[in-house]
Amino acid sequence: MKYPKNGRFGEFGGKYIPETLVPAIEELEENYLKFKNDKDFKKELDYYLKVYAGRPTPLYYAKNLSEKLGGAKIYLKREDLLHGGAHKINNTLGQALLAKKMKKKRIIAETGAGQHGVATAMACAALGMKAEVYMGYKDTIRQKLNVFRMNMLGSKVHPVKSGSKTLKDAINEAIRDWITNVETTYYLLGSAVGPHPYPVMVRDFQSVIGNEIKSQMKKINKTPDSVIACVGGGSNAIGTFYPLVDSNAEIIGVEAAGHGLKSKKHSATLSAGSKGVLHGMMTYLLQDKEGQITETHSISAGLDYPGVGPEHSYFKDTKRIKYHAATDTEVIDAFLMLTRTEGIIPALESAHAIAEAIKVARKGKKSESIVVTLSGRGDKDVEEVQNYLNKNVKN
Amino acid sequence: MSKIKEKFSELQARDEKALISYIMTGFPNDKSTISIVRGLVKGGVDIIELGFPFSDPLADGPVIQNASTISLEKGTKIDKFFSLVEKIRKETDTPLVLMTYTNILFHKGYSKFIEDAKKAGIDGFILPDMSVEESKDYLQAAKSKADTIFLISPNTSKSRIQKIAKASSGFLYLVAVYGTTGVKTGIKNYTINAIKNVKKQTKGKIPIGVGFGVSTPEDVKKYINAGADGVIVGSAYLKLIEKTPQNKLESKIASFTKSLKKQTVQKK
Repeated sequence: MKYPKNGRFGEFGGKYIPETLVPAIEELEENYLKFKNDKDFKKELDYYLKVYAGRPTPLYYAKNLSEKLGGAKIYLKREDLLHGGAHKINNTLGQALLAKKMKKKRIIAETGAGQHGVATAMACAALGMKAEVYMGYKDTIRQKLNVFRMNMLGSKVHPVKSGSKTLKDAINEAIRDWITNVETTYYLLGSAVGPHPYPVMVRDFQSVIGNEIKSQMKKINKTPDSVIACVGGGSNAIGTFYPLVDSNAEIIGVEAAGHGLKSKKHSATLSAGSKGVLHGMMTYLLQDKEGQITETHSISAGLDYPGVGPEHSYFKDTKRIKYHAATDTEVIDAFLMLTRTEGIIPALESAHAIAEAIKVARKGKKSESIVVTLSGRGDKDVEEVQNYLNKNVKN
Repeated sequence: MSKIKEKFSELQARDEKALISYIMTGFPNDKSTISIVRGLVKGGVDIIELGFPFSDPLADGPVIQNASTISLEKGTKIDKFFSLVEKIRKETDTPLVLMTYTNILFHKGYSKFIEDAKKAGIDGFILPDMSVEESKDYLQAAKSKADTIFLISPNTSKSRIQKIAKASSGFLYLVAVYGTTGVKTGIKNYTINAIKNVKKQTKGKIPIGVGFGVSTPEDVKKYINAGADGVIVGSAYLKLIEKTPQNKLESKIASFTKSLKKQTVQKK
């Protein structure tokens, strides 16, 4: 896999970080480069991915949904079946193992919906380490079950009450912790964002998704015509897309349009943002005309982020990947349709990708195939959906 | 010669070190910023650092975070900030340094922002999230217009110190402790060693200012004794501002500044 020179994807990425973090980032990059091709490291990670996390995940032909739509065939990459219920464990196992090799005693992480926090807590428990997780105060309320799960798994959750009290503020606070405890602490970042080498490292750990899709499609003598995944920070998407960017497939990332792209209540960074510098990277951001980061909205806490992985910004500008957005309403419809036709409850994040797949499938031919990454399961969202339906649908 | 450089040579001639005071613009409101600056000048400040708020100040502790939030809520905007700087410029010749985050400059364009800032009366910039590796466009835009003050940490390697010193002008900002602004950890041995090490590496070519967690006259004295050419006090000012009524701001700030400044005058 290609390694970005100077940590840049085209003009995007880089490392805009406080000086105190430079030695830590250099140490991380050095170790990542050393271990990523190390036979024993790869063997150990493969072992955990297989027998602990449950890889490979199935590629499921959603026959009922496809027939109902009457167009192209939809295949679901079932990351929701992984241990912990989301793709996040691919990355946390990789990084926690790296942290262990680096002999770091203390792990910190940020989390939005709580999925990355839970996956970090699991990986750390499995590898005999302890984690402290920063989570926006607002998110600790809307995802309180995940807070409880993290606590049970032996991790400490720090609610973050600064700023908008969501994911971006949790990242700020995790970075502040890292600056303070730089010598002892490993920062286990959960998405393909942040300063180099995080975006490339997270992409590499998540690329297992796209690589499996490739070989699973080959096994049934197919190549995907379209590949779709949801994009918040963009880790499941880049892991899905990266191994397929050299193929002929149409690739679509789906952002959260919230109440609509013109409403200002959305998290569609690539669809509606502009270039800027945040959390150590140059990338597309949602910001006002003064360069202040604006508050975001999404029905799914996991997509509620005003930035995006720098490699997505690069693929947007080179036009290799299309970035669309799905509104809260479209997402709920997709959520319910998949639940009812296939008996699969998707995470609200993943339901954004389903919403797009529904549109693409309707327009597609029966001979065409669409692969959608179902990044997580929706058990955590059932209450949120219920609230939404109670509020928005009379009877 | 830049105003900042001039100030340091002037101080050297008098056998004094620099007191650099940080305040957040628009905290607790616009009007108070002018009174605070008057207090600083009256108290004998050498360089004023004006903080411009950013929504995500990831190198700052709770005190400056809170001040940023309030300043933004009160409507601090770039244009308003520049007119405030112009006003300050009419009252004092004290060098003014703007401290904010990279995105504020990046978003407007480094050249455009620096040009406007210079016109208003800003002499230099501190961007805590601008690493020297990413600074090419920024440095080019600031060249012969404003000083670029980079940060050095106690864990910065020798070769990086050289690299950073080369990119810096005005002074070098040595972060005293591992942590965000305003942390109170007392004076660490590693800080004293870092001051000596940076002095050695830079061979006196550029002054060293020490900041982060410097809050009392005793702190000032210790860092000066360890060889710092200047000290930066920030969060302590914001705490004082927070508990002082508007009509007492100027005098309170002046007397606190005087108590700090006293420690920078070498006794013979």
